[in-house]
Amino acid sequence: MASAPFVESDSVGTENDDLARNIESFIAARTGGIAAVSDLKRLTGGASRETWSLDAIVARDGEKETLPLILQRDVRGAAKALSRPMEFRLMKAAFDDGVPAPEPLWVGDETIGKGESFFVRRVDGETLPRRLLREDIYAEARRALPAQLGALLAQIHRIDPATHGLDTLPAPPAGENPAKFEVQRYEQIFRAIAPEPHPAFELAFRWLNRHPVVAEEGGPRLLTHGDFRIGNVLFGPEGLRVMLDWELAHIGDPMEDMGFICVRSWRFGGAKPVGGIGDREEFFAAYEAAGGENVDPERVRFWEVFGNLRWGIICISQARTYLDGHSNSVELASIGRRTSETEWELLNLIEK
Amino acid sequence: MHDRPTVDELLRAVEVLFDEQLVPGLTGSRQYNARVAANVIRTVRRELQHEEPRLAQEWAGLDMLLGPAELPGSLAALKVALADRNAELSERIRNGDADAPDGDGEWRKLVFAHVRNTVHAKLEAANPKWLDADA
Repeated sequence: MASAPFVESDSVGTENDDLARNIESFIAARTGGIAAVSDLKRLTGGASRETWSLDAIVARDGEKETLPLILQRDVRGAAKALSRPMEFRLMKAAFDDGVPAPEPLWVGDETIGKGESFFVRRVDGETLPRRLLREDIYAEARRALPAQLGALLAQIHRIDPATHGLDTLPAPPAGENPAKFEVQRYEQIFRAIAPEPHPAFELAFRWLNRHPVVAEEGGPRLLTHGDFRIGNVLFGPEGLRVMLDWELAHIGDPMEDMGFICVRSWRFGGAKPVGGIGDREEFFAAYEAAGGENVDPERVRFWEVFGNLRWGIICISQARTYLDGHSNSVELASIGRRTSETEWELLNLIEK
Repeated sequence: MHDRPTVDELLRAVEVLFDEQLVPGLTGSRQYNARVAANVIRTVRRELQHEEPRLAQEWAGLDMLLGPAELPGSLAALKVALADRNAELSERIRNGDADAPDGDGEWRKLVFAHVRNTVHAKLEAANPKWLDADA
């Protein structure tokens, strides 16, 4: 959900030393060896959770192994959509199915942090969208990624929650149309948190609520990633490596993910609709070729409108964290003013 | 009446400090946050530059949609009254008044034109580059 790029923090201190020692004890207990932590540094990405990078050298039975790790832990114990253990199990399901996702290793305990946490095996690569869009060494990645993302999404949508024991993922009530459910859910959030009126969002809600997709009986129910966009993709010069940030996954309409990656905010200044680097046709064709269902562009458009509105409401909610006194972050405060970007895009999409 | 430098002139000095000294001298999350702070200063400067005429234009646009009302005398009163009138406009959109060309299609067109103007004015302050890419 975080819009901010992952950036290295220069904070150091005894708190980090304590964490390093606790991680050593934790990993020693999990592996039955002796663990030494090095290069522990914080990468920040979101307001509600911290991301740390570290190497753990594990000595066991006369052998030494270096484990490159990522630790994610909640700051205030305030989980968003999925709990960390649930996100861990979902990533495990994806990894076991051969979907390019980080390999989950352990769920953390209270020694790792007050909130919930987990460890995954670190994959080297880049996540910064502006590098992908602008740097010469990523020219091949820019060419390869649109089709790779289409195929990746088809793989994600094929994960069967039931066979992986993921029946408790968030889902619309049985028989309820997922589009109607999501629009109503975000309308409730908007009415509860917006500090001022937003006529542009009212026009968008009317457009969505009157769309044929919302009027359908039932509707598709598949595993959706929920935050499928550039920024959550780890890539190298050759292209896709793994998909990150699974905490907004839920059961819903798979076209929700296809619409979300087309939201203008995730083009990062690029001209093309799919993450700034790809055309819709190529992305849709790769999705279908990899076993995804047939893509109806009008349905994707519905979810692109929804995605813009949803990101706009998330902007409001991030600013509310500042307005309500839970954070003094200048980034969270200033995101409130990005709401108007989504309003402009919504007007362009729905005015006919 | 305050002395020179004006608010804009003071903020410009802070903006230059961030851009030329703080941002290049920092790394990691501090550099990122300093860059965000410099952008906040730019937003505030752009907002103050056009604030009064833009709010008056928004009021005039709402007059067209909701019927004429007297323009409040002070800037503070204007902001409070604008929030009330925007709530009224929102309520009418929610009730379907701007839905269909087969109903009052003319009002729908006026609503879109007005909302587009007000969002345009917000972006002129918050992120004018967002408007560039549009044809």
